Amino acid sequence: MDFFDRFAVPHPSFLIYASMVAIGLTVIAVLVGITYFKKWDYLWREWLTTVDHKRIGIMYLISALLMLFRGGVDAIMLRAQLAIPDNKLLESQHYNEVFSTHGVVMILFMAMPFIMFFFNFVVPLQIGARDVAFPRLNAISFWLFFMGAMLFNISFVIGGSPDAGWTSYFPLAGNDFSTSVGSNYYMIAIQIAGIGTLMTGINFITTIFKMRAPGMKLMQMPMFTWSALISNLIIVFAFPVLTVLLAMGTMDRLFDTKFFAIGDGGSDMLWANLFWVWGHPEVYILILPAFGLFSEIISTFARRNLYGYKSMVASMVVISAFSFFVWAHHFFTMGQGALANSFFSITTMAIAVPTGVKIFNWLFTLWKGKIEFTTPMLYAMHFLPLFTLGGVTGVMLAMSAADYQYHNTMFLVAHFHNVIIPGVVYAMLGGLTYYWPKMFGFMLNERIGKWTVWLMSIGFVLAFIPMYITGLDGQARRMYTYSEATGFGPLNMVAFIGAGIMAISFALLVYNIYYSVRYSPRNIGNDPWNARTLEWATHTPVPEYNFAVMPQVKSTEAFWDAKKNGHEIFKGKIEKIHMPNSSGLPFIMSCIFFVFGFSMIFSIWPLAIISLLGILGCLVYRSFEKDHGHYIPVEEIEETETKLRGAK
Amino acid sequence: MKLKWALLAMIFTVAAVLSGCEPLLVLDPKGPQAKVQADDIMLSIWIMSGIVIAVFAILVFVLVKYRASKQSADYEPPHIEGNMLVEAICIGVPIIIVIFLSVMSVKSNYEVEATPKGYEGQEPVVIYASSSNWKWHFSYPEEGIETVNYVNIPAGRPLEFKLYSYGPITSFWIPQLGGQKYAMADMVTTLHLAADEPGELMGRNANFSGAGFAENTFDVQAMSQTDFDKWVKEVHDTAKPITEEKFNELLQPGHLGRSTYTGTHLEFSPAPEHNHGSADSDKDSEEGEHHHESSDSEKETDHSHH
Amino acid sequence: MKIDHSLPLEYSTEENRLKIFGFWIFLGAEIMLFATLFTSYFVYEHRTGNGPSGAEIFEITPVLMETILLLASSFTIGLGIHAMRLGKQKAMMTFFSVTLVLGLGFLGFEIFEFVTYIHEGAGLSTSGFTSMLLTTLGTHGLHVTFGFFWGLSIILQVKKRGLTPETANKSFIFSLYWHFLDVVWIFIFSFIYLKGMM
Repeated sequence: MDFFDRFAVPHPSFLIYASMVAIGLTVIAVLVGITYFKKWDYLWREWLTTVDHKRIGIMYLISALLMLFRGGVDAIMLRAQLAIPDNKLLESQHYNEVFSTHGVVMILFMAMPFIMFFFNFVVPLQIGARDVAFPRLNAISFWLFFMGAMLFNISFVIGGSPDAGWTSYFPLAGNDFSTSVGSNYYMIAIQIAGIGTLMTGINFITTIFKMRAPGMKLMQMPMFTWSALISNLIIVFAFPVLTVLLAMGTMDRLFDTKFFAIGDGGSDMLWANLFWVWGHPEVYILILPAFGLFSEIISTFARRNLYGYKSMVASMVVISAFSFFVWAHHFFTMGQGALANSFFSITTMAIAVPTGVKIFNWLFTLWKGKIEFTTPMLYAMHFLPLFTLGGVTGVMLAMSAADYQYHNTMFLVAHFHNVIIPGVVYAMLGGLTYYWPKMFGFMLNERIGKWTVWLMSIGFVLAFIPMYITGLDGQARRMYTYSEATGFGPLNMVAFIGAGIMAISFALLVYNIYYSVRYSPRNIGNDPWNARTLEWATHTPVPEYNFAVMPQVKSTEAFWDAKKNGHEIFKGKIEKIHMPNSSGLPFIMSCIFFVFGFSMIFSIWPLAIISLLGILGCLVYRSFEKDHGHYIPVEEIEETETKLRGAK
Repeated sequence: MKLKWALLAMIFTVAAVLSGCEPLLVLDPKGPQAKVQADDIMLSIWIMSGIVIAVFAILVFVLVKYRASKQSADYEPPHIEGNMLVEAICIGVPIIIVIFLSVMSVKSNYEVEATPKGYEGQEPVVIYASSSNWKWHFSYPEEGIETVNYVNIPAGRPLEFKLYSYGPITSFWIPQLGGQKYAMADMVTTLHLAADEPGELMGRNANFSGAGFAENTFDVQAMSQTDFDKWVKEVHDTAKPITEEKFNELLQPGHLGRSTYTGTHLEFSPAPEHNHGSADSDKDSEEGEHHHESSDSEKETDHSHH
Repeated sequence: MKIDHSLPLEYSTEENRLKIFGFWIFLGAEIMLFATLFTSYFVYEHRTGNGPSGAEIFEITPVLMETILLLASSFTIGLGIHAMRLGKQKAMMTFFSVTLVLGLGFLGFEIFEFVTYIHEGAGLSTSGFTSMLLTTLGTHGLHVTFGFFWGLSIILQVKKRGLTPETANKSFIFSLYWHFLDVVWIFIFSFIYLKGMM
């Protein structure tokens, strides 16, 4: 019986049992549905084994949207609990689990796959490549991420969720103070997803450096590709730190090592340091691609080239370099003294300079433009003022002496949501609306889209501006309740209403997808937005091989040149195209990783060893496998091209 | 757009009304350190408001002037690469602001990390504040007093809080006296504070430390030196001495009310002011501590901290 | 698959060039991984708690043996790649085999070293220092172990398929990996053992 005890949820509640049943029913429904419609073969052939970057991208997108709703439900629960003083909706332990998973899910399993979706779908098209450098590795990246995310998500029905915050500081996350397996989930699920992310980083750096279309110099890459390159460079340098950190945390929890223990030479401060050595660059991994997307969107709908291309690139390089030298601003209050705090205070404020350059460049891109307020543009135009607000509060937080007062309060919570939501989430949703027609061949409804943006901004302002105020009034973050005497009540109620409005706007987004699938016109052509870069030069839907003829590039805006200045992108004849083969191995190996992770979490050693051997077996199989890919013959390409041209 | 500005303005008004006549805690300092921080905060709010207004103004201007509906159908936006002068201004002005704020920041850093301004000549009151799940223990080594969940301080004298933790990282925070600092298991940190006037203040742990975190607060009573001396004397007359057994009982996870003892736990469970075992004497004391704890945990059942 | 005969075999196709480039990026990530381990090691160097310190447990003999074996293996794999470039498959396979045998010798000594540490009361859970020491050494050791099996599978493939652009590419990448482990070991030798014994 002891064996099964650990799988039980340590602090069960009605909500958890209800979600268990809901999850069980959903899984059964999906399985029955696939079987009933005889889609297993299709699913396996076209999706589970695919190595096509566009399909992998779409799978990232679906995962990210699912996780957005998971994290969003968490957020609503948190705000509901805090809406009134002394609320009894969630008990302390449950609240702690919810905010811990909210943070992890939103950052690592929502924002990360969302940018991975853009890397995958957009970058090869933007640089005129037929796929990424290592298509098979790309599939492994996705499936490892996916299994990591799934593993993390089952935690609240099997064994209990992590409850030490998304930062999981030790000794709180150690065995002494976090007794359920929750923190094991944290260590191992993120580790598995993190390996996938690292592989993505390697893959895209190679792709961008080595597979650009003929003629495209580095300083002629579209801005999103630049941001992707820099973001992936940060991934390669930052994620190994996380790998080591999580390994140390895992060993502390499973093998009784003394890294972060109290006494015996352990150092609880090292966790915080290493966590943020990874964690701060991680923020820029998310925000730089967002900046890249906004650059594309703003330039497209201002009908102008991007102002200050070179300083845009330079500012991203500077930001990425600085991002590794600011980590201690997450704990100015750790007692490292005035000198160290001064150093990190100055480096942090210095990041405001390149960020400011970007804001001004966007404003100057609008200048003398011909601005059209489409939905993606509306996201960008809401981003600019709201993000500026978040940015300047960041500068305020960077003043280390004053940070002694902001630290650990709702002021900080308001700040980082104020940069991440208008910065990252708006970019993701704006970019999604922007690239939707390229993916699926129809547009999302503009009217509903604009409602979504306005509601989201109104909800956002209502939800987060009050937190700045309660923070300055002494409301610490992560408190599951507060007394009426504190006076935090009314503003928290406002925040709850704001969160509710944001929830409505996300619901509208879903409705928009449903509505557009049913009613949107399908004959939209290849370039519905009148855009400027290569991804719009190919057909919609994009054929498997992306470009029948390799594009020729001479400037930052090849497609715009083609439309306005008579630049010829597709010179030369169609030749046979080499494409990689699909493979089931990435999926199978990642499934074994899931089993491995699960057995590690629950210390089921025999299974852990067997699954580890399984993973190694997959690697050996891969090493001996002969896979030279296949060629698409010229006739087949011509046939596809004629069909797609006709489909216009 | 306009709608949004109206909304923003409305929210700030509502907020101001809601928070009522009482100023926000952090912006209502009762001591020199909190004053430094509140001044920094207000200064940065003003400067940042300037930047925000500038950006908003430019944005509104370009959005109004260059929207497609206002232009002729055949208008072709020009191709502009960038302008050295404009970009130099965009870099230069923020750099000047950042340099100014950096100077302010560094200056304040040294102020909050030293004896508060105006209190330099005086002998500080040293108070060891240690946290355990989810309580605060205050030890006055010079006065020979230990309290739980409340701290009495003399107003008009510099205070030196020595912080450490019997468990997760916590953060010691009395908003109206000054910003917080971490209490950790492996190191003693020092927070310099002072209270200008007698009065009652709120203090809490600001760093998440588990299930009982929300209620992990303590009362601060600033009193005149004579009242403080009177209180010290009263404690010595009435309170019981703290014993190791009693202290270990106090360390058990949970919430306790206020309590008072004579003597301090520092005598049998010293603060982790060691140098990680490089000096032998420190190592011995560390070992001693461990020995104590292990024997205790055998006696009492299920000692949380080991 | 286009083969460019003006380049060495391992660089001769587009795919091969991509793989070598990608592997260099991977090594960049590995450098960060070991840099993190070393930084953490310096944090724990004197955090010995109640356990022994480095000076008390380090012994020069096994460490010197490990160093000699690994340096020698780095040399032999270099010879192996040289032989491969000359198209001498047999010589190459011999040098690769010698490399792996030397690697195995290294692992043998390392296991012996670990057993000794544990006998002397310096186990994984003794102190912050011993946890970190064994983790750092263990991470390197696991890399060598993984490299051993990887190298073995490459030898088998070269034996079966001969020197093709594909097998040459794999062998070359493997040699990069092996050299990298050697470089890491030099850092371990200098900054963990020598520094600890002084």
